[in-house]
Amino acid sequence: MNEELMVLEDIRTYFYVSKSLFKTLTVKAVDGVSLKISKGEIVAIVGESGSGKTTLGRTALKLVNPVSGKIIFEGVDITNLTKNLKWFRKKAQMIFQDPFTSLNPYMTVKQIIEEPLVIHGFGEKERKERIIKALKDVRLYPPEEFLPKYPHMLSGGQRQRVGIARSLVLEPSFIVADEPVSMIDASSRAEILFLMRDIQKKYNMGIMYITHDIATAKYFSDNIAIMYAGKIVEYGPSYTILKSPFHPYTVALIEAVPDPDPQNRFRFRKVIPGEPPNPINPPSGCRFHPRCPYSDGKRCVKEEPQLRDFNNRKVACHYAENFLKK
Amino acid sequence: MLKLEDVRLFYRTRRGSVRAVDKVSFELERGETLGLVGESGCGKSSTALAIMRILPRNVDVYEGKVLLEGVNLLDLSEDEFRENIRWKRISMVFQGAMNSLNPVLKVGFQVAEPLMVHKKMDKKEAISKVKEMFKLVGLPPDFTERYPHELSGGMKQRAVIAMALIMNPEIIILDEPTSALDVSIQAQIMNLLKKLKKEFNISMIFITHDIALSSDICDKIGVMYAGQIVELGTSEKVLLTPKHPYTQKLIASVPLLRSDKIPDFIPGTPPDLVNPPKGCRFYPRCPYAKKEFEGREPPFVEVEENHFVRCWLYSDEK
Repeated sequence: MNEELMVLEDIRTYFYVSKSLFKTLTVKAVDGVSLKISKGEIVAIVGESGSGKTTLGRTALKLVNPVSGKIIFEGVDITNLTKNLKWFRKKAQMIFQDPFTSLNPYMTVKQIIEEPLVIHGFGEKERKERIIKALKDVRLYPPEEFLPKYPHMLSGGQRQRVGIARSLVLEPSFIVADEPVSMIDASSRAEILFLMRDIQKKYNMGIMYITHDIATAKYFSDNIAIMYAGKIVEYGPSYTILKSPFHPYTVALIEAVPDPDPQNRFRFRKVIPGEPPNPINPPSGCRFHPRCPYSDGKRCVKEEPQLRDFNNRKVACHYAENFLKK
Repeated sequence: MLKLEDVRLFYRTRRGSVRAVDKVSFELERGETLGLVGESGCGKSSTALAIMRILPRNVDVYEGKVLLEGVNLLDLSEDEFRENIRWKRISMVFQGAMNSLNPVLKVGFQVAEPLMVHKKMDKKEAISKVKEMFKLVGLPPDFTERYPHELSGGMKQRAVIAMALIMNPEIIILDEPTSALDVSIQAQIMNLLKKLKKEFNISMIFITHDIALSSDICDKIGVMYAGQIVELGTSEKVLLTPKHPYTQKLIASVPLLRSDKIPDFIPGTPPDLVNPPKGCRFYPRCPYAKKEFEGREPPFVEVEENHFVRCWLYSDEK
């Protein structure tokens, strides 16, 4: 355990949008994020749309290049590698959000899962063995029966399993799972997550679980990083963060998720005003200050809080101490 | 006030008739909010379309009774329905409606349009009404002059809600009004709906796949599975003492933030509605299925006052 698998150091990933011939806007999708994922560890990246969580995952897989920072995978700095990446492509895989569009409708299950093996030059016998093994791992029984099927013949949950099988077939050590269950019916979500957890344990993989749903993160991850406007605002063991969140944004995020209690309808939920900021022009100082109920209007506006060790976690808030007595 | 009796809505496809809504019955009182909860493809949106009579061309069967204060809406001609019912008495916020706003028209004009068409108001008068409505839904009145792309997702959703309210309907149907929004915005919209419910005594049908979210506004909940309501009762009864095995499993599959209970799941997938299982449609996935129930349509049993379950387990006739 505890072997560092993926280390991200002060990653900044920007996109440029040209407004006119002379004017280019910078979208600071990820703006200074450091994160470590060890072997056998699941880290959840939780945030709302536009928080930069997907960009962070894509950066870790080198699907987009950061403008600064370091990506170190299994001890090798791959930040500036452009050639000789095939070994990394084999070891780091992605599971996509939408099982309806991420599988080619003209390919059979066999072809879909086989493709990565063909690209990486596996012989026919080994290909066959690995496909069957991957299908067994995702519990599509009997595997032989699924091989000739096309995606439209499968349910959403089964399709997502095929997507997972495709990412497993190269026996990766690191997987980025981008909202793998958000398109799946509520009654099957837990099933897919437990399945991923079992596979992850079996092969001692590291997973970056990207989600907007803090409730599934609680059950599925070892550590949680809460992202807001391109930055991590709170990071620590999932259980600790959910039991006693410190950053006002984390508190609000948890507050916004209802439990099924019929009394809910008689009370108003505590909400934070406003909407997440535009990553082109994020607020000064603490990026959460315009929506924060505890903003002092001075330091919070001017000075950007650093992510610091505090009470068994890391938190980026000037006034975290004030929330201690709770 | 609104009463559905054995409403059926089937769609014609090449594979056969899709039984999207099959004998759905419920009642909605004034000021009450009914939740229709179920997974994708269970017929909850089709039920809404059946009430609004917004039907696609491939309708195969459309029958039953939709009674609004005793008048069967299915008996009205399309003209009568459009003139007197749709949008005037029953309006709807469609799923993803906020992304269907016309990008080249100002938001205020789009919200005002029904006033100008139905109530023959002139534009100035209509826009001033829209401004009042915007205040009510928490939008600055001068947003009437903006175009949809100048509004964020939450603001667009508020505008769409204003559009549904503008004719002062008695009933408003909300189809997944928050599912495209971020959680913090979702909570804001839910608070807005609660406020409207309280202040205007408006009746709502709240359609959602998220049973936890339904607890946030609904007085009554109807749980749908494969085109049928399998359980119907007050929120307290359905959420706290669910009777139907599907409802029990659905509630157990909600990941809870405030307890350590491990979420459960239902193995298998919902049935194909072209060819649903004979008898109980949940039978193939039901943990309590018994051989003797197979192929037999379960009755809609009243297990206690105002709490109905479509399940053999609670029936005396075995």
